[in-house]
Amino acid sequence: MAGKTRSREITARDTHQSIEARGALLLDVRSDEEWRLAHIPGALHVPLSQLDARLPEVAPDRKRPVVTYCAVGARSLRALPTLDELGYEDAVSMSGGIVAWQELGYPVESESGLDAEKRDRYSRHLLIPEIGEQGQAKLLETSILLIGAGGLGSPSALYLAAAGVGRIGIVDDDVVDSSNLQRQVLHSTAGLGELKARSARAALEALNPDVDVVTYEERLTSENVDRILGEGWDLIVDGADNFPTRYLLNDASVWHDIPVIHGSIYRFEGQVTVFKPHEGPCYRCLFPQPPPPELAPSCAEGGVLGVLPGVIGSLQATEALKLTLGIGEPAIGRLLLFDALAARLDEVQVRRDPDCPVCGANPTITGYIDYAEFCSPGVSRPAGAPTGQSPAPPQPDAAESTAPSGAVSPNTVPYGAALPTTTRESQGKAR
Amino acid sequence: MTTVRIPPTLRTDTGGESSIPAEGATVRELLDDLTGRFPALRERIYPEGELVRFVNVYVEGEDVRTKQGLETTVSDGSTVILLPAMAGGSRGRFTL
Repeated sequence: MAGKTRSREITARDTHQSIEARGALLLDVRSDEEWRLAHIPGALHVPLSQLDARLPEVAPDRKRPVVTYCAVGARSLRALPTLDELGYEDAVSMSGGIVAWQELGYPVESESGLDAEKRDRYSRHLLIPEIGEQGQAKLLETSILLIGAGGLGSPSALYLAAAGVGRIGIVDDDVVDSSNLQRQVLHSTAGLGELKARSARAALEALNPDVDVVTYEERLTSENVDRILGEGWDLIVDGADNFPTRYLLNDASVWHDIPVIHGSIYRFEGQVTVFKPHEGPCYRCLFPQPPPPELAPSCAEGGVLGVLPGVIGSLQATEALKLTLGIGEPAIGRLLLFDALAARLDEVQVRRDPDCPVCGANPTITGYIDYAEFCSPGVSRPAGAPTGQSPAPPQPDAAESTAPSGAVSPNTVPYGAALPTTTRESQGKAR
Repeated sequence: MTTVRIPPTLRTDTGGESSIPAEGATVRELLDDLTGRFPALRERIYPEGELVRFVNVYVEGEDVRTKQGLETTVSDGSTVILLPAMAGGSRGRFTL
């Protein structure tokens, strides 16, 4: 086509058609840096200053139509005289450049696989050398499981979703109650009475459609823990509110070899640490025994400053992102103690216990302990439960050693009592 | 003089005090002094002069169980932290 006398520019839309219909060569004349950030798939890249030297070699067919492009259309127009001199017979410039191309919704790609939308959304991450495109791409491929979508789970989930963690799992069987809304910022007044897992999913999907939210509308138990943990999670954020779940999760995470970012809160104080199986201590190394129930009040009984889980849950999310990206010093073997009233952050060392019943050299706990069975002796196992389990009956003798004055109330029985004796014969599956 | 940090769940036994000065060259002497003044605390975490298993004691950030236990020395001016596990998180119940 003898195009020398007609307009030397075509629109992005015509360019798109020209590639399809005429097999036009798309030539990106921008810098290497611009090319890396985003370019049109299938385009050839030769920076403007190198056209003379390199173009004939990489694009020998002078008869093939060529469309040059740059950012907004200026440099690509300036490239045309050079192409003419080199003998390219049908060269035009795309007006408006890659900006106009993207405005029409046509695809672009980058070296990391992040599209323009993602590069824009995560631009403040991309600017940090420790994260960059590679780190962001890694976050988008990471799966993090949250135990609980309450006080701690709310800020964790929101920040992890905002950060572009590709897959977030939520285990929670509770419903949104008005007394939750003072601190559980995932949920809203409109969601009262809704399952927290569903309310959380709606909030996270609205925040970031890049995130695949997986919900488990159930409480973590010895029955479901292997199934749930077995679904490909890289990390677990523990926002549970009770000791049976925390010990169950600990044992399962050691056997499934998944790091747990632990957080707990009470009134004005919170704790954060990372349990990385076999590299650092586990929860049982730190607390071999839970306190008696009268010293283990929940938020409902003891109260909690609404913002406190915001602080602790955000610290958990921070540790989760650090572990994913492999940057910084994760809080493995260190328990951080936050005191909101004193505005103080203390740190104590947590060492692996060589005699730990779960992660020690000679573990004595090799199957799941269903502490729930012992909380209420009157409650029997649900119908249809596997018969492979043989929970021992409550052991008043053992309970006496931990419960004050030998009182065997339902709540004092579970913790110390049957700890080493009641195991589940499913360890092969667990590991 | 050593400062002993009292966790929130044990403050009912210390009249609400969160930080209490105590004397002692070892953890045992320190706990003797402290719990001598707060009998309810003694009954709860230090009955018959032995530390219950559910409370960790840290001297300058180190768990005394990884050192010399109750005989771990405490230097003047140091901070000792008493710490039981806290369950609190998302839900309002600690039993199933």
